[in-house]
Amino acid sequence: MEQVIHLEKVNKWFDDFHVLKDIDLTVTKGQKIVVCGPSGSGKSTMIRCINRLEAHQKGHITVHGTELTNDLKNIDIIRKNVGMVFQQFNLFPHLSVLDNISLAPIWVKKMPKKDAEEIAMSYLEKVKIPEQAKKFPGQLSGGQQQRVAIARSLAMNPDIMLFDEPTSALDPEMIKEVLDVMIQLAEEGMTMLVVTHEMGFAKTVADQMIFMDEGKIIEQATPDQFFNNPKSNRTKLFLSQILNH
Amino acid sequence: MSVIIQSLSRNKFYNWAYKNLFSSWVNTIMTIIAIIFVYEIGTFFLNWAIFSADFRTNFQGELITDRTFCSKNISPGEYGACWAIIYARWDQFMYGLYPIEETWRVNITYALLPLAIIGILFDKLPYRKLFIYFTFLFPFIAYFMLYGGPGLSTVGTNKWGGLLVTLFLGVTGIGLAFPLSILLALGRRSKMPIIKSLCVVFIEFIRGVPLITLLFTANVMLPLFLPDGVNPDNLLRALVAVTLFQSAYMAEAIRGGLQAIPKGHIEAADALGLTYWQTTRKIILPQALKIAIPPIVNTCIGLFKDTSLVLIIGLFDLLGIGRAALADMTWTKLYYEVYVFISLVFFIFCFGMSRYSLYLEKKLKTDNS
Repeated sequence: MEQVIHLEKVNKWFDDFHVLKDIDLTVTKGQKIVVCGPSGSGKSTMIRCINRLEAHQKGHITVHGTELTNDLKNIDIIRKNVGMVFQQFNLFPHLSVLDNISLAPIWVKKMPKKDAEEIAMSYLEKVKIPEQAKKFPGQLSGGQQQRVAIARSLAMNPDIMLFDEPTSALDPEMIKEVLDVMIQLAEEGMTMLVVTHEMGFAKTVADQMIFMDEGKIIEQATPDQFFNNPKSNRTKLFLSQILNH
Repeated sequence: MSVIIQSLSRNKFYNWAYKNLFSSWVNTIMTIIAIIFVYEIGTFFLNWAIFSADFRTNFQGELITDRTFCSKNISPGEYGACWAIIYARWDQFMYGLYPIEETWRVNITYALLPLAIIGILFDKLPYRKLFIYFTFLFPFIAYFMLYGGPGLSTVGTNKWGGLLVTLFLGVTGIGLAFPLSILLALGRRSKMPIIKSLCVVFIEFIRGVPLITLLFTANVMLPLFLPDGVNPDNLLRALVAVTLFQSAYMAEAIRGGLQAIPKGHIEAADALGLTYWQTTRKIILPQALKIAIPPIVNTCIGLFKDTSLVLIIGLFDLLGIGRAALADMTWTKLYYEVYVFISLVFFIFCFGMSRYSLYLEKKLKTDNS
């Protein structure tokens, strides 16, 4: 199995606060990993380190054999291969949906505008909202915005997708439309690292479950083991809280 | 039908007036006092400025050639304005001491100025690209036309004056300060410590000093810093001072806009692989400048008026020319006429800027809800 992401003894501090403690993680090609854990456990920070939105201070992070250092060239290479979807969508409000998606292909990949827009349209069809192309993000519902954000990320043709709580800011009735797109993506073989509390989604798509608490990976297991027979007490407590609410 | 509409609209007016002007006794009294006040001031001013005023001739029909011909100086009963001073000094107000036979060059520049600005102001303008090209060409045309060059005689800036100096300092100052202020604002938020502290020191120093001081400094001290023989003329020195001053203020206005951009937008751009400058140009500035429009226009209006301070370093802007006109024995003591005229000219430009900013705010709001 080809290794695409490798974290080795990764440590990070925010001033005095030790957010990540000796994180080891290996992701192979096509793997879908769901990360959960209480807030403040470092799960978002961990995936944000993988495309260098946060810098780690100790340890090694390697993506496709390229190690993340302060070298901007390496960061650029990795960011081209790694897409990211945020909790707050982070669409650019002054650009139309189509421009939001075609922006990076035009400027980063130097693609002709026409080709970039064709690609943008094809991804909009994939997330099932081609009719919204000319609108501005502010005119869309949360679920539609998040689907545009996914399309925007996919338009750069990444082979790894990071999802940072993609449904946490959505109204309940919109969660499904976003999860459906993510499930479809998983079925197509995308390598995915997803921070989420949607346990139904996790059961459907995850190959591996990770539970984090206080900056450490407490438990890593297959969904079957994780949900039916968790080893650590903290995992059990967390699961009982999240599944019963 | 039209009668019904009329009575309806009249009813509407009555309702509005009743609700807003006469809803209580106090309100009614205030309304009446306000109406009387406005009426008195308004009629007085209009009488003075227009109905009882002399334009080129006095009430006896004689052409006014000096202040003794003004109606108010002939007959004690007359009090109207004597606008003849503005006519007599018109060329100076517009061009300063620019040679009369060459003033057509200034007129052409004045006429081209709107064409140079219009492309920047209205983004839906047909052929906007051509207008923008012209905008970048305009400084060279203006330099050639105003200062001279091959085929045109040289007119030194010491001959420039009046509206020409006011507009030159205002327009060039704003035009040069704008890009500079963007760099300063970005620099102030930079993660690079040296660039950041340079920008902070520059901005805070300039903002901590009155413009007059900067003008004096530029006028007196600039030559000390430059090698011997390099002696920039007065107008250029004033332009340097005005530009630096404006850029510091505008930079702070733009920084306000930059701060309003959510960090997530920058992270999203980073995650997509956009470079710093691409992110700045495509994501940050379009949003930040939009937010900063009202304060930016504020500083522009402020600067435009502040150009009149160049009077103290011996340049004759509009106000300077006005004061020179008043110092002339043939026209002295016509203070009101001169200052009202100057105010009117400043008002036209500043009010124009203010309305444009309102238009832009409205337009940008509807562009993307």
